[in-house]
Amino acid sequence: MADEKSISVEVVYRGIFQKTLAQRICRSIVLASRKKGHTGTAFSRYGDSPERNGVPAKQFAIVAVDEIELEASMAKYEPAVVDISVAVDDTLVKGVESWAWYGRQPIWKPIREGGTLLVTSEKTPGEIVAQSDRTPKPYTLGIVPGGASFAGLWVYKDDHTDYRVLGALAKVAPRWLPLEAAKQAALDLAKGDRSAAASVQYGYDATVLRQVGAGEGTDGHEKLQFTKPGWTTMRPGIVVDARKPGQRNPQYKKYTARTQRPVVNFDTCIKCTMCWLDCPDECFEVTPEGHYEVVYEACIGCGICAQVCPVKDCIVMVDELKFADNRDRWQDWKKDRGAYNTWFEKVSGVPADPKAAAPASAAGGDD
Amino acid sequence: MVVDVKTRETSEVETEQLATGCEAIAEAIRLADVDVMAAYPIRPYDGVMQAAAKLIANGKMDVEYIVADGEHSQFEIVKHACAVGSRVFVGSSGVGWFYAFEAIAVTAGLRLPVVAICGNRALDDPGAFGTEHNDSLAVRDLGWLLPWAETAQEALDLALMAWRVGEDRRVSLPVAIGLDGAFLTHSQHIVKIPTQAAVQRFLPKFDLGDRLLHPDNPITIAPQVDQDWLMEIRRQNDHAMRQALGVIREAHADFKTIFGRGGDSPFLDEFMTEDAEVVVIGQGTLSLPMKVAIRRLRKEGHKVGLVRLKWFRPFPTEEVVRSLGRFKAIGVVDRDYSFGSPFYGGVLYNEIRSALYSQASRPAIVGFIAGLGGREIEQPMATEIFEKTEAAARTGLPAGDVCHWIGVRE
Repeated sequence: MADEKSISVEVVYRGIFQKTLAQRICRSIVLASRKKGHTGTAFSRYGDSPERNGVPAKQFAIVAVDEIELEASMAKYEPAVVDISVAVDDTLVKGVESWAWYGRQPIWKPIREGGTLLVTSEKTPGEIVAQSDRTPKPYTLGIVPGGASFAGLWVYKDDHTDYRVLGALAKVAPRWLPLEAAKQAALDLAKGDRSAAASVQYGYDATVLRQVGAGEGTDGHEKLQFTKPGWTTMRPGIVVDARKPGQRNPQYKKYTARTQRPVVNFDTCIKCTMCWLDCPDECFEVTPEGHYEVVYEACIGCGICAQVCPVKDCIVMVDELKFADNRDRWQDWKKDRGAYNTWFEKVSGVPADPKAAAPASAAGGDD
Repeated sequence: MVVDVKTRETSEVETEQLATGCEAIAEAIRLADVDVMAAYPIRPYDGVMQAAAKLIANGKMDVEYIVADGEHSQFEIVKHACAVGSRVFVGSSGVGWFYAFEAIAVTAGLRLPVVAICGNRALDDPGAFGTEHNDSLAVRDLGWLLPWAETAQEALDLALMAWRVGEDRRVSLPVAIGLDGAFLTHSQHIVKIPTQAAVQRFLPKFDLGDRLLHPDNPITIAPQVDQDWLMEIRRQNDHAMRQALGVIREAHADFKTIFGRGGDSPFLDEFMTEDAEVVVIGQGTLSLPMKVAIRRLRKEGHKVGLVRLKWFRPFPTEEVVRSLGRFKAIGVVDRDYSFGSPFYGGVLYNEIRSALYSQASRPAIVGFIAGLGGREIEQPMATEIFEKTEAAARTGLPAGDVCHWIGVRE
């Protein structure tokens, strides 16, 4: 890396679901580099606590040649710049909004110029870049094969995501994490289970690297940024405006918590109100016809609407990376039902007409 | 049975009453037309409870009088009542004050102008009821305005000042009036009771403006925040406390115009200081034994005087420095303790010392811990305090202790 005296790595993850996973990765980085005589620290971001389901959170590992260099790297508690960012869920590349007034930050924001973004994904590098914000600086994208691991939910069920990431890190930062040290650290963590070392080797071998040039990426995501007011412009007495009826929180939208989104078949909808009633984020709006359209800016993708909907396949949860924006889909249906239904079948993989046979292919991206 | 509620008696002229400090406070509650007061018995605050309850029972006062299940609820009740626009009163003493501590802390943070009395009383254990200022002083860093009364008359006057200053939108902070337990709360003196009309001229209606919690004004008060916000919130409180000094000066000037009382300075009450070389400074009822000693020592040729500090928060640094800089030596009498503090001095001692640090002319400062737990400061003790301070004026500060415990058995 550019700065040979220390390296900082952040792990971006889904709050609660992947907390243990992120912790194991950060600890492994420090423990593996320790085998080469380096020193380091691993920590989570205080502002993420208490973590909330799926809300993007971060943990960090900083490794340095000695204590003095480590202290220099730790002078800012949350690193403003990192050498490597690891996203352990590929839908996080659509942006990170961790709390109110945080805004939506591009996934590459803290990565230094020429740094590395590792993403655990079953997608191609091209698909990942297409969903990442347009970057002003070049970086290296590494795809670590595998889906989003929920290994850290409540109890740790090892699916070796941590070891594969460790192998990928050994590939992009061998000066700090030589492959053998990474394997040894994995063996220690796995209490001698040799398959852990094999997974490190697999991560090392199978990770696909691709250079992302300045200017690559999408402009489709919302620019959500805030300037925080000073004490002279804030209301006194810790008072904030309450939301007006029907108004949603403009400073905290939470849609970056989403890994899947509900897609609605308006033709089979019976207007029963269940989705509207049970949505914990009140993200359904009633259309003039009495349908319920999803306001994707407010939806966290929890899937409750799909669960409570009494009509089979009327609300279908679909991979978030198939969508490029948060625009209202009901307008599409209103404009051209046929085109909408074709699109619905393509993204959801279920027939728009329940009497018809399943569409040939559920695969393929949209937009 | 039909209860005959008497119409409220209002006087067109200022009257006099023989009243305790607690009764004087109850009269202030009546005159200020307080909406909600909360009560929980603890000596000496219970004196106010009884006096207020009597005024209500006699049909002289109309106030929502809520007896809480403890001091914490007591302070929460008025905090919430204040947020919806009520003028409120509350109070406690000693450990009761501490039991309410969480509510006390958030009230200042929320900038809600709750007016309280702290009937200063020793903290348990051991159980003791007499004066010590540590209960009030425990909140000194939190954003409460802290005046101390010398007499029952001043208790009433300071209460009216408290609503006026605390509720001023430039300040919007709670006020806790220090009343020395027993000496002030439970002894009766002649108190002038102003007319309702005069009080109304002095005290405008309470108006929280756009901070009023009301269905027509949808707001959220005190959402959870993180480090992104807290410093700005604290800085706002800091600013409000800075503003308070000017607002107190304004209110004091109006008070003097309307009621014809209050002394020259809103912050300091000076006694025989004009040609004094050595003065003693303290708070509350300390002045009584000190004034007696000063008159006696003056006859013997000692140039001694007294400065009584009326507001501890906001600390009137400018006034204190200007006044105390004139003297050769200062004796600070603390009716409190601050174990392990610099020079093992009391709270007031170290604050005054700190205020004078950057001054070109720095008088010698001697600290005295005296009268704890309501122990009387008798004349020999007062003499000893002046003697030690005069010695410091002659010889400079001694190398050893600069803080003395007065009237303590070895």
